[in-house]
Amino acid sequence: MATTLYEKIFNRHVVREDNDTYLIYIDRHLIHEVTSPQAFEGLRLANRPIWRANSILAVPDHNVPTTDRKKGILDPISKIQVETLDNNCDAYKLTQFKMDDERQGIVHVIGPEQGSTLPGMTIVCGDSHTSTHGAFGALAMGIGTSEVEHVLATQCLIVRKFKTMQINVNGVVGKHITAKDVALHIIGQIGTAGGTGYAIEFSGSAIRGLSMEGRMTLCNMAIEAGSRAGLVGVDSKTISYLKDRPFSPKEELWEQAVESWKELISDEGAAFDKVINMEASSIEPQVTWGTSPEMVCGINENIPCPEAEKKESNQKGYQRALDYMGLKESMPITDITLDKIFIGSCTNSRIEDLRAAAQVVKAKKIAKNIKLALVVPGSGLVKAQAEKEGLDKIFIDAGFEWRDPGCSMCLAMNADRLERGERCASTSNRNFEGRQGQGGRTHLVSPQMAAAAAIHGKFIDVRELE
Amino acid sequence: MLPLIRHEGVVIPLDRSNVDTDAIIPKQFLKSIKKSGFGPNLFDEWRYLDQGEPGEDSTLRKINPDFVLNKPQFAKGTILLARENFGCGSSREHAPWALLDYGIRIILAPSFADIFYGNCFKNGILPIAISKELTNTFFDKSQSSQGLRLLIDLENQFIIDGSDKHDFDIDAFKKYCLLEGLDDIGLTLKHSVDIKNFENNYHSQFPWLTK
Ligand code: SF4
Repeated sequence: MATTLYEKIFNRHVVREDNDTYLIYIDRHLIHEVTSPQAFEGLRLANRPIWRANSILAVPDHNVPTTDRKKGILDPISKIQVETLDNNCDAYKLTQFKMDDERQGIVHVIGPEQGSTLPGMTIVCGDSHTSTHGAFGALAMGIGTSEVEHVLATQCLIVRKFKTMQINVNGVVGKHITAKDVALHIIGQIGTAGGTGYAIEFSGSAIRGLSMEGRMTLCNMAIEAGSRAGLVGVDSKTISYLKDRPFSPKEELWEQAVESWKELISDEGAAFDKVINMEASSIEPQVTWGTSPEMVCGINENIPCPEAEKKESNQKGYQRALDYMGLKESMPITDITLDKIFIGSCTNSRIEDLRAAAQVVKAKKIAKNIKLALVVPGSGLVKAQAEKEGLDKIFIDAGFEWRDPGCSMCLAMNADRLERGERCASTSNRNFEGRQGQGGRTHLVSPQMAAAAAIHGKFIDVRELE
Repeated sequence: MLPLIRHEGVVIPLDRSNVDTDAIIPKQFLKSIKKSGFGPNLFDEWRYLDQGEPGEDSTLRKINPDFVLNKPQFAKGTILLARENFGCGSSREHAPWALLDYGIRIILAPSFADIFYGNCFKNGILPIAISKELTNTFFDKSQSSQGLRLLIDLENQFIIDGSDKHDFDIDAFKKYCLLEGLDDIGLTLKHSVDIKNFENNYHSQFPWLTK
């Protein structure tokens, strides 16, 4: 029978089934400092061992400072949390990249970078953006802390099957249109709950055309459409990305693995519960104007009027969002003036993102009204690569700050944050109220668009800046 | 985990859709390495007028009198009522921990985000998806002067509103765990032999996944 990619991966991991509730086996467990301490505590209290320690890769990322790391963490509470992770990893002999390790970075950047994310795997992490890893034809999903403890103790997860959705993006995207724009466009179309209960497989020629970095950006944002797992089928790009990565299989095992990975695509004619088709060429650079990623429009559009919304409950939400954002209905997006720029996060902090942003700011200066423009690479290795290519100099010359890797201003658990009322063009994934600092206002965009906004001081169509 | 069989309480009407877990418990409180003590910071940014920091005495802070939790008629509420897509955003289990620590045992909304929905059950909170019409009815009724009291009967799967009874759906396994207050790790470990067998078999089939 023709089977979808999701079902193929799911089926080979089923340990038991009981009334549509499945126990599935987990191949890779990624851990960070925020959602794991209570899980380790629970293990200890119940006196349970870890089932398979070598399935785990741990890294501190949410709380780490992005400057002066040699001084350690100044915030005492953040410090305890990071030290708790260190202690747990030491006690259980887990692989961890500590804060001063060059391989440290955002958990969803380092997994693929290390080859610890492989096709066909089930991958979990106490973090909703685990969906990122689905770009490799893996079933990757975010879990809560109780489930982190469950996986630590049993190597399994209790789940029900998702329904399946296929989103085909056909054709070719225009110049400067990135995976981020495709993702935001999709969320604008289907809404932030559009994918709830589904595993979404992205396919079509525009998706095949994306690099692995782009596919990660897209799958990363699947959770913002409500879907716990985004997937892209394996192709030659997947395989060449993984070749010779530290955790990737070697020699004979590599050959074997590659043979098996080739099957990790949905079969011709496989039935999905829902299919959505989109045309790539119509996608414009996207900018969110509200407090939910679905509140998004093209750069050359105006902010919608709440009255134009079909649903009454949405109208209220739209009005509240406009008030919070300090914006007026019908205002052109290009009239929005910015205070800060953030290029980073597990959505857009990989080398390709930094290259694209650097290209836009090269030999230019950030606008006077921009108080702070940050570039926070996704990992120490991304940072090193960027420096090798001289991207750090391009950013610094333009007036950006060049920081150490971590989550940083994506969620502002460390010192990087927005002050009340400040407005930021951000390459992260959530524009919720207070996400980047209490009272802060976030507009989600691609790296190119954030870079262009830094130079212009307002939003501008990056295609016009050239 | 605290079992839940029947629960009676006052409804707190939070008239918003897409309530995200950042709003339920803002990031600065996620630095705690404990599961308890989050209650005073539930909905922190909406509930107080100043910016909250971990470790503060919240009784000394300026409250936002317009926020629903601060209205006297809802002060003792234990049933939260909200609109679509409740609990979207981050997977932080600190969100249900904060709700539970505050005293919420039931959440009623037309729809929930997946990860949050699952996390609730692990902590003795019952999220119930109800129709939009019923949501509207409950919002209307909770605005009356005496508010709305509901009885939730998990065993028989009923929401009881005076003489009205509304049934609801729930996954059988989740219901069982909640009724018994069961830790599902213990249940899974009863299948250790199955897991071991699966693992051996699986790893011989996919030998590059043993590391
Ligand atoms: S970068 Fe942002 S979204 Fe990604 S893991 Fe860190 S905090 Fe979460």
